[in-house]
Amino acid sequence: MRWQQPEAASRESAPSVEQLVNARHRKPSSRPGTSLSSRLEAPSRRYGEMAIQGVLASCAAISIVTTTAIIISLLGPSLSFFGEVPIDDFLFGTEWSPALLPQKFGVLPIVVGTLSVTLWGLLFAVPIGLLSAIYLSEYAPPRVRKVIKPMLEVLAGIPTVAIGFFAFSFITPALQDLWPGFLGEEPNIFNALAAALAVGLLIVPIIASISEDAMSSVPAGLRDGAYALGANRMRVALRVVFPAALSGIVASIVLGVSRAVGETMVVLMAAGATPNLTFNPVESIEAMTAYIAITGTGDIATGTLEYDTIFAVGLVLFVITLAMNLVSIRLVRRYREVYE
Amino acid sequence: MEGIRSERTRLAVAGARSVVLGLGRQSRTDVARGGIFLALLLLAVTIGLLGLALLLIDAVVDGSGRFGIDLFTKKASSLPSRAGFQDAILGTLWVIGGVIVFCLPIGVGAAIYLEEYAAKGRWWNQLVEVNIQNLAAVPSIVYGILGLAFIVRGPLDLGFIVLAASLTLTLLVLPTVIIAAREAIRAVPDSIRQGSLALGATRWQTIRSQILPAAVPGVMTGVILAISRAIGESAPLLLLGAATFVTANPTSPLTDGYTTLPVQIFNFFARAQDDYIELAAAGIIVMLIVLLAMNSFAIWLRNRYEHSW
Repeated sequence: MRWQQPEAASRESAPSVEQLVNARHRKPSSRPGTSLSSRLEAPSRRYGEMAIQGVLASCAAISIVTTTAIIISLLGPSLSFFGEVPIDDFLFGTEWSPALLPQKFGVLPIVVGTLSVTLWGLLFAVPIGLLSAIYLSEYAPPRVRKVIKPMLEVLAGIPTVAIGFFAFSFITPALQDLWPGFLGEEPNIFNALAAALAVGLLIVPIIASISEDAMSSVPAGLRDGAYALGANRMRVALRVVFPAALSGIVASIVLGVSRAVGETMVVLMAAGATPNLTFNPVESIEAMTAYIAITGTGDIATGTLEYDTIFAVGLVLFVITLAMNLVSIRLVRRYREVYE
Repeated sequence: MEGIRSERTRLAVAGARSVVLGLGRQSRTDVARGGIFLALLLLAVTIGLLGLALLLIDAVVDGSGRFGIDLFTKKASSLPSRAGFQDAILGTLWVIGGVIVFCLPIGVGAAIYLEEYAAKGRWWNQLVEVNIQNLAAVPSIVYGILGLAFIVRGPLDLGFIVLAASLTLTLLVLPTVIIAAREAIRAVPDSIRQGSLALGATRWQTIRSQILPAAVPGVMTGVILAISRAIGESAPLLLLGAATFVTANPTSPLTDGYTTLPVQIFNFFARAQDDYIELAAAGIIVMLIVLLAMNSFAIWLRNRYEHSW
């Protein structure tokens, strides 16, 4: 009778697939005298099975090859670039004009351009994303959830060229029309703020869905305990569920930052192409990704210093996003380990 | 019965009742705060969905004047009134056809290896795992740089052709496909594997005739979402020659220059003339219709075949 066995005991006694398969390849001598084990032995070494496993493993290895290729393709030209331009001048220089003579290779203006869009975008996306996640996980009736979650997924699937178009043709004019005088100068036709809001719209679904996932995996017992002590819904959400899901929530924000830093089309279409060392959101700026796209699209001869800047800027971009991604992957693992 | 209730008992009952009532009833400020908080939550959700709605409405308002059969019968032209998206749509079909051919077998193969063969504790398998999660979040423009340095030029040296774009976009969406396929395979319960192995099937026979058929809906959902991402992707293609002005339809993946729908939308937008911007908006409508249809199909597929074992 199944129900007479405690669940944990039956789970332990069930052999894993690993064990079952290994049992097939055991030498008959390891179990002398049992005719059953010799009948379980495969008649041949099953070379076909081994070949299939090899093919599948090489599919998985392609991901390693991809990363290696990315690093090689960025490092090679970057090294030759840093042979000509000292790395200090590149990282800490405040003027960026690789196309005009005299060429200036201080990357800070376009790094700050990217950071400005990211910062203003997060100020919009983090509250919207987190509050939506709390609503979906703690308040929404199942029927409402079933409608809103797919809509957020649709938003996540809108191509960035469409979002960039929206930023230029709707957000910027709306900002210019509604701009209150006391904030000073009204936004330029290309400005960091419109791009930031559009990028924010892009990362709201990322923050909302990963945070919601983390909050939903907080065990019901924690909530019930708080309710039993007399806490109301808001307290349970803010004082119990939110702290318990914190690593997943931080992971979602970090991933959102990584996505905002790497976003290309929106900043290219709405933020402009003027390297500008400022966090002022109404001015036109240039982001790192936009620089790469503009320079890579033009016809530049390979091997020139200007061509190599694409790779040097790409390397900076890759290092920043890699650091963010690794932090985020770590944090997601942590909450999975705790609650699943 | 009245006599049993001494003064002391009555006091105790009254005290207990007031404690219980006090716990059950919240102070007025707490109720008000809870109400304001709920209002904030609803406001946040509304803003997110409003953004989506405004985006769709803006594209329709800006582009409806040019939306029509012309978009599909005319190619790019230097006269906005004569321009359409035929070459770009065909270019997208060619590029995406290549992506499907490459990413489906490789993505599913990698997922099968990681779920069914790889020993979880080994360091190289963990490396592959973290690596795939990172690749899923590498900026798309970096894939463009990879394609430019390795596929268009460098080792493969294919030039600015359709195949180079297909290969680059395959690398871009592969992590998404692998992650989705792994989840679908993981959802197939162990009892099915054990039953099949116990009946004498080999590992591969078990995978081919038991696990894969059960995982097909989940895998398909992931693949459709990945393909719709590839359709809308434009940043890496800017570096791979898709931005050059072509006025002919592609005829072969190996020799021809090409452009794709999102890149052509960007090109028309970048000309900064009202007629072209209207045309770009019309192109966005076409692209969004295709993608919304694909996304809805994927979500429907997931809900239709979602079973708990």
